[in-house]
Amino acid sequence: MYQSTITITLRPSILDVQGKAVELGIHTLGMNEVENVRIGKSIQMNVNASTEDEAKRITEEACKKLLANSVMEDFTFTVKKV
Amino acid sequence: MNAPTLKFGVVVFPGSNCDHDAYHAAKHVMGQEAEFLWHKETDLKGSDVIILPGGFSYGDYLRTGAIARFSPIMNEVIRFAHNGGIVIGICNGFQILCESGLLPGVLLRNRSLLFSSKHVTVRVEHAESKFTGSSAAGDLLRIPIAHGEGNYFADAQTIASLEENGQVLFRYCDEFGEVTDESNPNGSINNIAGIMNKNGNVMGMMPHPERACELQLGSSDGKKVFESLLNSILIQPS
Repeated sequence: MYQSTITITLRPSILDVQGKAVELGIHTLGMNEVENVRIGKSIQMNVNASTEDEAKRITEEACKKLLANSVMEDFTFTVKKV
Repeated sequence: MNAPTLKFGVVVFPGSNCDHDAYHAAKHVMGQEAEFLWHKETDLKGSDVIILPGGFSYGDYLRTGAIARFSPIMNEVIRFAHNGGIVIGICNGFQILCESGLLPGVLLRNRSLLFSSKHVTVRVEHAESKFTGSSAAGDLLRIPIAHGEGNYFADAQTIASLEENGQVLFRYCDEFGEVTDESNPNGSINNIAGIMNKNGNVMGMMPHPERACELQLGSSDGKKVFESLLNSILIQPS
């Protein structure tokens, strides 16, 4: 069994209005060092696979078919044995 | 002899909330046949037109429309559309059509981050479609919007091809028909409010024509969309 941890973010070309609003909030706290806030999603799931490569393949397929929409999102993931 | 009628199939997903409005507009206002189609069904029951209604299918989890797109009935809807069947997606229905690949692009979070519920003015871009034939280019329709994710986005190439092929049917504008940034309620590229596919049989729009079919509701301009459909299908030149 493997566990995949997937991070999905808006593509850099897309204005992340949520990130902008949060950045404004951080600046209101006086933390002006913070910039380029981007909000994304983190998805964790277990994958019944016999090898790490197979777990990666299944995870990638799930990302492409459902978890991320390539028109607006990018994804990265890591896989570890559990 | 009874006048010929169309059968509207209104798909109901868990979380749809404009299904009854669409059913009412088709059946009681336009005098057509209408039937609800539960999302787990795999039969479109002889529908001539499929409506994917507004709402919050699957609670908008993951992305709007992302999970509804895999409901069993969507396989049939996609097949129907590929065979030239007429499919209309309103609001959440538009989002589902984009997720399913029947229409290009995606609906992002409104640039204001706020859910926006109000009447807007949209301009009919041309009358050369099944959905706008009863209007004239430049006609203005007062129709309500009610969405948090209506900010239409697609890459530059896709937008250029939509514009070039006349696939943009409705644009947000001011009361004089001018397409301005102030009249854009959500940040959509080129003020796009509604588009159709290249073949002209699949249409998605964020405003709700089905909620604006009777004067008691503040506007009956939405009827134009349904009238256009009826005229283009029932009164086709032979």
